[in-house]
Amino acid sequence: MAARKFIHDFVVRKNIRLNPRHFVLELTPPEKLPAIFPGQFVQVLVEDTGSTFLRRPFSIHFIDHSSNLLKLMIQIKGEGTRKLSRLMEGDRINLIYPLGNSFILESISPVLLIGGGCGVAPLLFLAQQFNLRDIRPTILIGGKTKKDLLDVEEYMKLGDVLISTEDGSDGEKGLVTEHSILKTGISAFNKIYTCGPESMMKKIAEITGKAGVDCEVSLENTMACGFGVCLCCVTPTVHGNERVCVEGPVFNTKELRW
Amino acid sequence: MVNLTTQIGNLKLKNPVLTASGTFGYGVEFADFIDLSRLGGIVVKAVTGKNREGNPYPRMAETPSGMLNSVGLQNKGVDHFVKEIYPAIKDLNTCLIVNVSGSTIEEYVEVAEKINELEKIPAIELNISCPNVKHGGMAFGTVAASASEVTAAVRAVYNKDLIVKLSPNVTSIADIAKAVADGGADSLSLINTLLGMAIDINRQRPVLATITGGLSGPAIKPVALRMVWQVHKAVNIPIIGLGGIMNANDAIEFLLAGASAIQVGTANFIDPAVTMKILEGIEAYMRLYKIQSVKDLVGALKNE
Repeated sequence: MAARKFIHDFVVRKNIRLNPRHFVLELTPPEKLPAIFPGQFVQVLVEDTGSTFLRRPFSIHFIDHSSNLLKLMIQIKGEGTRKLSRLMEGDRINLIYPLGNSFILESISPVLLIGGGCGVAPLLFLAQQFNLRDIRPTILIGGKTKKDLLDVEEYMKLGDVLISTEDGSDGEKGLVTEHSILKTGISAFNKIYTCGPESMMKKIAEITGKAGVDCEVSLENTMACGFGVCLCCVTPTVHGNERVCVEGPVFNTKELRW
Repeated sequence: MVNLTTQIGNLKLKNPVLTASGTFGYGVEFADFIDLSRLGGIVVKAVTGKNREGNPYPRMAETPSGMLNSVGLQNKGVDHFVKEIYPAIKDLNTCLIVNVSGSTIEEYVEVAEKINELEKIPAIELNISCPNVKHGGMAFGTVAASASEVTAAVRAVYNKDLIVKLSPNVTSIADIAKAVADGGADSLSLINTLLGMAIDINRQRPVLATITGGLSGPAIKPVALRMVWQVHKAVNIPIIGLGGIMNANDAIEFLLAGASAIQVGTANFIDPAVTMKILEGIEAYMRLYKIQSVKDLVGALKNE
């Protein structure tokens, strides 16, 4: 039996702008947060826009039980996310949560977390959970330029951060999938966890597959409901078409038909 | 105390609020959000003869006030339903209706025969209106003769309540409704989704892998309402109205137009507890206008 899901109005505590296209929302629910696991996501209601109709799914960026905060890292893509970017302290937004499965945490060091663009969002929560198991993960973060790297200082607190940018303005120059750690050091890791654009994750799945390293990816298919009834977000797996919102969003690359 | 009960053929429902097939899973997915036993009924996801993987991804496009889907009847087949799903849902204490689909008349008949054996399923909804499969589905529901033929074939093997779900993608829905009534349907549900499409102009490609899909949501409500009204005038069997119902006001419009019950579909995706709000809203409306029974609302549209 899956854990219980809730619909709650959350209060916006902070809306932190990271750069022109990204922001972090810090939210508190009307009651104590339930158990939530890294990789899970929420469905956010965006009201009163002309073009949005469905909820917007976002992976959970961080959970702070001590201050009862749930954080979302969001990229402005369209009218819905633009509207969310304008939320102010004290505003309320409605969430369905927690949704989906979660990353399976390896108990043996070392592990590598790879995030591309806004795909780094769930990896902060994951890194923190590793810290609780006395594992300091290596975290590879990629972006187009230095300005596109999101909240790197937060990741540095929890792991050993490696950087790559396409223009070379920070870290190694090139795509995140071309970083030297993936060429020379990949076999040293017990497991790789990744989230980012699908083309990036497919390339990483190929690299880890060849190296024989276990790899989990977090998918971002378009969804209508987010809790398993519309069957819109499926991805082909060895078990047939599976729902990204229930059987995922985290899949072991061995299960995916990529 | 207002009387919320309503009658669909031989089905006596505790209230007129049902959930639409393909938007409510098998009901249990909503158990965290609502008390399922308060629903008038649940129409569970389409069941076909064999396992179907459905259409490729992407299967969904958000559109103004609605969405397109091209799921394509993904389900594990009738034997899996009977063995694995039925035991888990049979005691939900609401009216359980199974949406029955197929590619051929034989497949519809096979599924209907197997569902007929299930004690706690008092009705099926014959899906002759799915726009997302290459064979069967809507192909049966858009021609009066074949709509009547598949209805009659299922009627011959199915002795409980037979609801037939109509497609809006037709020239005259009244003609199809009459043909299906003649074929032996006990009641009708309408409308299924409207065939539509969306294009990603940046990629210059269709958004859906199947190019076209079924449009649902409030965008289709006026069309659905018009069709319910037309069918109500054309046939004497009960109608279940659906298409873009988001709130109690929408539901009441369908009742006034002639529906004896309504189904809530796409709205469940946005608010999984919306059915309870609709139920409470209907009750409040009846109190406000001093309407004793839902039956007094059905087709009560004044048109002088």
